[in-house]
Amino acid sequence: MSTSSVTIFARTFILTLAVTGLFFVAACGDPGSENGSDGDQSVTLRVAVDPVAKAREINEILAAEFTERTGIGVEFVIGPSSADERLTQYLQFLGARSSDLDVYQIDVTWPGMLAPHFVDLGSAFEAETAEHLGELVENNTVGGRLVAMPWFADAGMLYVRTDLLNAYGYENAPRTWNELERMAETIQAGERAKGNADFWGFVWQGRAYEGLTCNALEWQVSHGGGNFAQRDGRVAVDNDATQRAMERARDWIGTISPPGVTSYQEEEARVLFQNGNAAFMRNWPYAYPLAQAEDSSVRNRFTIAPLPHEEGPSAATLGGWQLAVSAYSEHRNEAMELVRALTSAAAQQRRFIQAGLIPTRPAVLQAPEVGEAVPYAGQLSEVLATAVARPSTATGDRYNEVSTAYFSAVHGVLTGNREADEALGDLETKLKAILGR
Amino acid sequence: MKLDRSALASRHQKLAWALLAPTLIVFLIVAAYPLVRTFAVSLTDARLAGLSEAGFVGLANYRELAGDRGFREALLNTVGFTLISVSLELGLGFALALLLHQKFRGRGWLRAVALVPWALPTVVAARLWSFMLVDTYGVINDLLVTRLGLFDEKIAWLSRPGWAMASVIAADAWKTTPFAALLILAGLQLIPEELHEAARVDGAGPLQRLRWIIFPAVLPAVLVALIFRTLDAIRVFDVVWVMTGGALGTEVLATFNYRQMIAFQRFGYGSTVSVAIFVLVAVFLVIYARLFRLGEES
Repeated sequence: MSTSSVTIFARTFILTLAVTGLFFVAACGDPGSENGSDGDQSVTLRVAVDPVAKAREINEILAAEFTERTGIGVEFVIGPSSADERLTQYLQFLGARSSDLDVYQIDVTWPGMLAPHFVDLGSAFEAETAEHLGELVENNTVGGRLVAMPWFADAGMLYVRTDLLNAYGYENAPRTWNELERMAETIQAGERAKGNADFWGFVWQGRAYEGLTCNALEWQVSHGGGNFAQRDGRVAVDNDATQRAMERARDWIGTISPPGVTSYQEEEARVLFQNGNAAFMRNWPYAYPLAQAEDSSVRNRFTIAPLPHEEGPSAATLGGWQLAVSAYSEHRNEAMELVRALTSAAAQQRRFIQAGLIPTRPAVLQAPEVGEAVPYAGQLSEVLATAVARPSTATGDRYNEVSTAYFSAVHGVLTGNREADEALGDLETKLKAILGR
Repeated sequence: MKLDRSALASRHQKLAWALLAPTLIVFLIVAAYPLVRTFAVSLTDARLAGLSEAGFVGLANYRELAGDRGFREALLNTVGFTLISVSLELGLGFALALLLHQKFRGRGWLRAVALVPWALPTVVAARLWSFMLVDTYGVINDLLVTRLGLFDEKIAWLSRPGWAMASVIAADAWKTTPFAALLILAGLQLIPEELHEAARVDGAGPLQRLRWIIFPAVLPAVLVALIFRTLDAIRVFDVVWVMTGGALGTEVLATFNYRQMIAFQRFGYGSTVSVAIFVLVAVFLVIYARLFRLGEES
């Protein structure tokens, strides 16, 4: 009467397998169509970019104009908002030699690591390279090959409360660190006497992360200590200038900088400054429009300037993004033309005026019509002239290790856990070990 | 008779295997294979950017791990974090469950509100806490120092070694106590009211009822919460990464692992750390399994 056990087994197994299989197919979804897989002539370039909203609009406009002019289609592939995640994603695509993406938007610290996967743009862009920031072009040149064209820049700068400067009788932004300390002390004491117990002279980013590497590099270079790692493999941290720089920063904490500054990133510092509770702030350009917004307490009461210096030159750590052409792309020449269009002077000017994305071409920042549209373009130009790149190209795929060792050592000195000379000595040994491996 | 029973049993067994087989296959693919693969990669010097060029290095990574001071620190911090955090969560969770078990007006609403921390994504909760703990304008210092005057000066919570870990534990406990409370509340609600009444008639006070009725009844629920929370605490990442980045004595195994494997791109060495975490979790599980079985037998 009853069906055999084998039949029950088989039926149930196949049914459950089918249901599980359906689930998987639904979950995997459609990977999307390939370029030109339907055999038609038109080319569509796929560009991996970040999801920053303000850039999307102007990017689409520029892409549409490019397509109209050349007949080459452009599709922007938006990645995750975390740079780390995008890097991991890119590594997967590039590691698999995928031709799915033609152009990659890469961070200023990635050329050294990803160089083998990108096309040498040196000869095709010979004329243009001279028009971009020299420091950036050098940063993007690995082993004699230009692996990416600069697209937009970022640089550390000093935000200054001009109203407070006036109130306390100062004419200009501080040019040396000693000047900054004196002005910060005076203004802080004065503001606190007036009843603002939460006012601090100088805020920056002191947490143990990449941002601290940026801040510390600025201190080190501006004290004459040079960059902490050089192209020829030299490491330079165990010297007097660097020690002076780190000790000076350490002495700010609790005097002109809040004790919590060693846990601050960019946003924590910006909020403090924007609430009107800081005389000086070191931050990136992104904070400018925010501090200038309608609801900001410091609207129209601040300006920007290059960071102060001591024995060495003023230094602004470079950030920003570049465009690279994949070595596995099936449309290299078309991709290079797109890169040329997106990094052109006209494109960079429009991206700056419309979306605040800073040009990597000094001439664009200095153009009169740009200065009229964006009043602080001139000051930005001054800041960019002091730009210094982190030694990511020099250290290749060891950069994160190097940077982590660097900011960990600096953080130890800042929090008072380690003496500067000891920490820097150990750091030098460690950096040599990492780079030697 | 015997023949019939074994035929029925074997049919049931075959049915059970048939139903389980697809799940087991999925488990093998999704869990067992990556585990084996991770172990295999831990025997190489693979780097993230060039996985295909990895070379076999035997147990060299494990030797390096044994001597790695950063790993030892992370291990100690993780065990310390787990012990303190889980104790806190179970203790507070139990108290919260007892409270939510009482009858009072607005109890349903309070039960819903109590779940909000658990519902928030961990990264969001951690960022929230980070801003609350900012020394100059954070609400915690505003409350404790400016309004209540409990301390003289504003405290830089995330800038001092001991306080940083305490802050991370506090944020984690805030987020996960509702989870423990919920599990324990379920256990509490299973106790028949007659048991309490009978105990009261016999003259038992609330403390005695707690000790002899409530504790034994909720023990299974507490153990479940204990196991889940321990496993989660060993693998804690988000709270630490967002609040301190692993600085000031808060580096835990998961942040150490991420740094080695992704940031430093040392895929082979990072896999070694992953295997170490797996072993640690397995050790805790074995310990708990013994405890669990003991509980059931008595």
